[in-house]
Amino acid sequence: MQESTANQVAANATSSFAEHLQRDRPELLPFTRSLQGGAPGAAPVQVPHATTIVTLSYDGGVLMAGDRRATMGNVIASRHIEKVFPADRFSVLGIAGTAGIAIDLTRLFQVELEHYEKIEGTQLSLEGKANRLGAMIRGNLPMALQGLAVVPLFAGFDTSAGVGRLFSYDVTGGRYEEHEHHTVGSGSVFARGALKKLWRPNLTAAEALSVAVEALYDAADDDSATGGPDTVRQLWPVVFTVDSTGARRVPDAELAAASRNVIEARTIAGREA
Amino acid sequence: MTQQFYVSPEQLMKDRADFARKGIARGRSVVVISCADGIALVAENPSPSLHKIGEIYDKIAFAAVGKYNEFESLRQAGVRYADVRGYSYDREDVTARGLASVYAQSLGAVFTAEQKPFEVELAVAEVGPSQAEDHLYRLTFDGSIADEHSFVVMGGQAERVSSAIEAGWQASLGFADAVRLALKGLTPVQEGDQPATTLPPSALEVAVLDRLSETSRGSRRAFRRLNAADITALLA
Repeated sequence: MQESTANQVAANATSSFAEHLQRDRPELLPFTRSLQGGAPGAAPVQVPHATTIVTLSYDGGVLMAGDRRATMGNVIASRHIEKVFPADRFSVLGIAGTAGIAIDLTRLFQVELEHYEKIEGTQLSLEGKANRLGAMIRGNLPMALQGLAVVPLFAGFDTSAGVGRLFSYDVTGGRYEEHEHHTVGSGSVFARGALKKLWRPNLTAAEALSVAVEALYDAADDDSATGGPDTVRQLWPVVFTVDSTGARRVPDAELAAASRNVIEARTIAGREA
Repeated sequence: MTQQFYVSPEQLMKDRADFARKGIARGRSVVVISCADGIALVAENPSPSLHKIGEIYDKIAFAAVGKYNEFESLRQAGVRYADVRGYSYDREDVTARGLASVYAQSLGAVFTAEQKPFEVELAVAEVGPSQAEDHLYRLTFDGSIADEHSFVVMGGQAERVSSAIEAGWQASLGFADAVRLALKGLTPVQEGDQPATTLPPSALEVAVLDRLSETSRGSRRAFRRLNAADITALLA
């Protein structure tokens, strides 16, 4: 009798917010619902999709940038969407794929990290955070098979090792550590090509910013689902940097300057590609 | 078969209340003070890891005295309640009033229905944009809830500490003065001709809810725990 009570208490002691929801409020999880009538392989429903995210390391930290476009088939669903978010003080994540699920998943992940910190009184290790995100993506696998996939990128500063690290994922929740740089989303091929030429070791934070903006510019150039810098509406990519002092959102003024530099350089060069 | 003795409900409740009071009176005191910079929470607690003060949500903190396992389970339940509410509605929909009323209901249910009441006393503090919007709730073992202004003192020496704080409390106190005042209240009275010894920072647990955490630290989370070095620097 007593032992079973002790077992029960131990089984109920969880520091994970997602686990708590799974047990007590499963209807609040973004990925528990299975779509009715949608057989695997059926034509996916038309929902907004978020596109290109680039992430790269620089001297002393990591940077993540995302364009501002969401598309629904051939229509631009949003010009203002933000796809890069701070996860906690020392990590950021960017999302590509089904926007609605991805944004909820991001919210869940943010609460998950904060919840752990409050319950345990200490921060989760960077590896631990990366693994939790992988588990959440795996939780979304049934939806992914019905065409509603979410693929994140995760970047953070490992406070115990003192270095910035990058992680990519596949739809099954597989987690892969990346070095130097990585991209996801529809324009990722073009952005990666640009990064291969632009990235070099020991970039400064300012250089890393212009590299990321230029990579997104190249992605927008060739991928219709990626938005370029919008000088008319004053819309710039969303960029976060993470270093030993924590995550910081790059202010619009710096982004406007970096974007204008790229546009100006390309205008002067006046070349086709 | 043994015959159960008749115990009147009044006697039963009184016995339970006495039992809980005794348990709480054994513990050291905790002080929660609302001041100009925000809310300061100060506890006499020699353990650096078994906390009596905790963060619940952006603007809400928790302080407790009594049995550790009991108030720790309440603290965790509070964090879960707040996070679920903030996740399903919005972050600003999590309020100290809602949390305090959930605590009051759970404490009340335990007091009447369980084998033994919780031997704990809780304070729930919410920092507002101005001092008039600060909320301090004190919850006792039987589920009674009281809306306090300016400060809350709980624990073994509550009355003595409370009168010391009352004498020195002003709305214009900063964090340093508020912690100093709490320290003055918590310091045990001198016995005989022994000089009064102030508590060293290592015997204190101090946390604050910053009133302007967004502008001063760029964080919506107002809760900040001070370590021994921070406390020394603050009081210097």
